[in-house]
Amino acid sequence: MSHPDWPQQIYEVFKSLDVRQVSYVPDAGHSALIRLCEGDPEMHSVSLTTEEEGVAMSAGAWLGGDRAVLLLQSSGVGNCINMLSLQHEARMPLFMIVTMRGEWGEFNPWQIAMGKSTQAVLEDSGVYVYRADQAEEIAVNVDAGARFAYQTGRSVAVLIGQRVIGTKNFNK
Amino acid sequence: MKEHNTAMLNRRAVVSRLLRDRGDALAISSLGNPTFDLAAAGDCPRNFYLWGAMGGAVMVGLGLAQARPTNRVIVFVGDGEMMMGLGSLATVAVHAVPNLSVVVVDNEHYAETGMQPAHAGRGVDIAAVAKACGFETALLVRTEAELEAAAEDILHAPRPVLAAIKVSTAPQPTALPPRDGPYLRSRFREALLGSDAHR
Repeated sequence: MSHPDWPQQIYEVFKSLDVRQVSYVPDAGHSALIRLCEGDPEMHSVSLTTEEEGVAMSAGAWLGGDRAVLLLQSSGVGNCINMLSLQHEARMPLFMIVTMRGEWGEFNPWQIAMGKSTQAVLEDSGVYVYRADQAEEIAVNVDAGARFAYQTGRSVAVLIGQRVIGTKNFNK
Repeated sequence: MKEHNTAMLNRRAVVSRLLRDRGDALAISSLGNPTFDLAAAGDCPRNFYLWGAMGGAVMVGLGLAQARPTNRVIVFVGDGEMMMGLGSLATVAVHAVPNLSVVVVDNEHYAETGMQPAHAGRGVDIAAVAKACGFETALLVRTEAELEAAAEDILHAPRPVLAAIKVSTAPQPTALPPRDGPYLRSRFREALLGSDAHR
């Protein structure tokens, strides 16, 4: 079975779509992609104190003509719900990539709540959800989801299943 | 429980004064009175009014400032809004964009919802919080003279600026700007991007 370098592929999609602002609350699943973005002088890479800051920042970026992406973990989706009203009400694009916790082989029971509800609360909030459960599906979902968001002024989240990222090992 | 603060500055006069010499500066306002203050100072395409998204105004400003490095971005927020987004002061300080100013129109109350006392009137010093986060220029403004001195930094300092301006709780005339989000978005983007706003 092949293992594509999906963080590198996502970064290449960002470059092809001229993404200029990337914000994040770190997650182990996003660490390689964050490093790539931090190393790119053409991108503003912004670490946040909480995920909804990135929703608001993405709106400001769009108002100024920049495309933005928010990287977060499923536990952070719940922090964003009211702020999603900004893009929803002004019909502005929002593009998020969510690494999932609390599902495939999870160790930490405190991750389960948002792992279970992430897709439902996003969809209830008007966000279009794409999901990738194999590494080969990630880049195409990111490319399609980002184009959908930027071209139609909608909010899109690509969920990357925990099965792809692997289960965090606390007993090492 | 005190009903009113003792500040003398008038919030509408403060916002109008700061925007008098705005040039090509871009303005964002947080929900409630700051949005009404910005409208009263003169509605224009380079204003973007928030009618919700509480706690997000400063971060909208950061995204905008990063996208438009040649424009000053001034974010007008209430003190209640600022308390909800205190973390964003840390984020702005860490990612110090040189063209972003945060003006806290601070009446120490939640005026819009019944004048409940807010943290800023109960010992929380928002300018000191900004200073602690790393804002080199974090000003507390109580008088006309201090406002005049702060205006230069707010409009032109080559670094992030926060000014907490203590204002009276005196009621102001109604001044409602448009609240249709797509309209506000498109006219703002057209003013900056021309026809590229619709690509």
